[in-house]
Amino acid sequence: MDNLLVAENIYKTFGNYTALNNVSINVPRASVFGLLGPNGAGKTTLLRIINQITMPDRGTIYLDNKPLHPDDIQHIGYLPEERGLYKSMKVGEQALYLAQLKGLSKAEAKQRLEYWFEKLEISGWWNKKIQELSKGMAQKVQFVITVLHKPKLLIFDEPFSGFDPVNARLIKREILQLKEEGATILFSTHRMESVEELCDYMALIHKSKKLLDGRVSDIKKEYKSNTFEVGMEAKNEPALLAELQQKFIVGNATFKSIHTDLKLRIQLQENESANHLLEFLINRAQINHFVEVIPSVNDIFIQTVTRDA
Amino acid sequence: MRNLKLIIRREYLARVRNKTFIIMTFLSPLILVGMFMLVGYLSMLNSSEQQIIGLYDETGIFSSDFKDGRQVQYLDFSNLSFEKALVKVREQEYYGLIYIPEKENGDVGQIQFFGLEPPGLGTVQTVEKTISDRLTKRELMLRGIDISAMEAAEVKVDVEIQNFSGQRTSKMSNYIKMIFGGIAGYLLMMFIIIYGNMVMRSVIEEKTNRIIEIIVSSVKPIHLMLGKVLGTSLAGLTQFSIWVILGAVLLWITSFTLGIDILSTQKEQMEMMGQMAQSDLSLFLADVYNLPLLSLFVFFVIYFLGGYFLYSSIYAAIGAAVDSETDTQQFMFPVIFPLMLGIYVGFFAVIENPHGTISTIFSMIPLTSPIVMLMRIPFGVPWYELLISLSLLLITNLGVIWLASKIYRVGILMYGKKATYKELFKWLKY
Repeated sequence: MDNLLVAENIYKTFGNYTALNNVSINVPRASVFGLLGPNGAGKTTLLRIINQITMPDRGTIYLDNKPLHPDDIQHIGYLPEERGLYKSMKVGEQALYLAQLKGLSKAEAKQRLEYWFEKLEISGWWNKKIQELSKGMAQKVQFVITVLHKPKLLIFDEPFSGFDPVNARLIKREILQLKEEGATILFSTHRMESVEELCDYMALIHKSKKLLDGRVSDIKKEYKSNTFEVGMEAKNEPALLAELQQKFIVGNATFKSIHTDLKLRIQLQENESANHLLEFLINRAQINHFVEVIPSVNDIFIQTVTRDA
Repeated sequence: MRNLKLIIRREYLARVRNKTFIIMTFLSPLILVGMFMLVGYLSMLNSSEQQIIGLYDETGIFSSDFKDGRQVQYLDFSNLSFEKALVKVREQEYYGLIYIPEKENGDVGQIQFFGLEPPGLGTVQTVEKTISDRLTKRELMLRGIDISAMEAAEVKVDVEIQNFSGQRTSKMSNYIKMIFGGIAGYLLMMFIIIYGNMVMRSVIEEKTNRIIEIIVSSVKPIHLMLGKVLGTSLAGLTQFSIWVILGAVLLWITSFTLGIDILSTQKEQMEMMGQMAQSDLSLFLADVYNLPLLSLFVFFVIYFLGGYFLYSSIYAAIGAAVDSETDTQQFMFPVIFPLMLGIYVGFFAVIENPHGTISTIFSMIPLTSPIVMLMRIPFGVPWYELLISLSLLLITNLGVIWLASKIYRVGILMYGKKATYKELFKWLKY
């Protein structure tokens, strides 16, 4: 597979505290990769290592199949979790400065800034100082600064935690668009639902170790338990229930329905498919609802973490 | 390298555009000039006041000895009764009354001074000396010694000072050297403290603004630290240059508008200095020109840079270690202490003996050498001592910048952790 970013066997300790213990991830090109884990798992440390802010004790980072080089910073855009701007500096001047630090020429930076400022409808802010802007406004500026130099790799640390809902939606939209344009996005989060929405790939880090990683759909397939939610109307419900309980593992289910149904959660054997169940039910009841239960990332997360413990 | 330049530029502009910087740059010389004018005015007021002192001399031998001066006038009340004289002095609000009683055997009794408030030290000394001189002369006369012969026999000694190469200098020479060295040393300390603090505050600002992580994802922390230190030093030099120019202009304007001719006041001062001969004056001026002014200036810049880099990298590390300025207190003393030590050593040891052991040692120790060595330079320092001192300063600088950058690198990303010395030591190993 064509990976833009590869982290190989990364170790990092701070004194006696182990932040990363043999963590490896592969981030495929032009994908959205979610780095999941509870607070304090080591996500930020890994992102900082990729940004060359801290050095790993052991292990190597490869960008484009080459070991990471100091000049690679211009190929990476980073929006840290702890983000801010110079309060008493003007927006435009500040954005120019930070863009130039990323290797853009002044003229180029200015041109791109004008494009982005127009796009996000913040052109009037050029000569305003950050302290005059609201927090949400400053967040837009920070986002522009992160993507301005058109990096191959975009790294967002907890992008949705600090942002207000309007900006969070904007970022989601822009992330997907940047992906369409060929950028690779790596972001960390402890909010599982954002992974469902955005990510093609994910890795789960817990207590400095990587517990699992891979394509989100693959992981879900792996974690699904061949379980179906069924809603149906039968003439003799107790008899049907008894019959089902003999053949399958049956539990109660709750879901919304306009019918007064028998709602069940039915787990099949590994060698059985949905058709088995349907065949069995089709002559015995009126089926109104039939859905495969796909584990949410949250379920997978909790399952993995508790299993690990 | 390109980034370092960008950072230096930003840091310089951030300092220079700061409102406080602008206000202080232009206000300080005004305040200074204003202060000089106030002091001048007050001392003028003081010296124009004339004191009138009553004299009640029962012996009648001193009246001719108390001569009126510019600031004092003596009135003889000896023809009145003592009580009346006392009342008169009080009614007229004179400065005081000198009472010289006569004992029954003709000797002078306990001399007393009556006044609303205790007299100034100068007044008392004048009174004591006048009376003592007269009494000494009387005593000599009584013992049959010819006073005029004695006065004629008095020999005045004036030691002429030369150095080994035969160059003559005035006795003022050492004072001038002291003043030049002292000003240079003191100025250096002030600049280090003021601009070191600026560096520290700027680091804390970046930390509290949380922009730091955005920046260090683009540049190396050590570049940011160096850029900050360099940019701030340029701001310092800018301020210094503005002061020099502004000070000169303001001095010229004030002396012009007040109609004070600088040359004439100088001449007056020279006259007041007494019998300073014309040759002495030219020697005095020659002394100033004979000072190693150029090398003093060059070494001021070198030691300023050396000392400033040393201290401001420590300041930067402190700024990185804390979360707010209030937490810096515990680290401030160890920074200020060597600077104060340098100043004290300078003002006591160097003035006493510029090339003594203490002065020499402290002009080698890198933390105090910029101040102490600057104070020694006007007295002439052998080149090998300068070389040792500067090499030590350079090596220490490299070491301290390296250590400071390690603390800085860890500290800037560390929030909410109370920085202790133990903690800082651990950071060095990260």
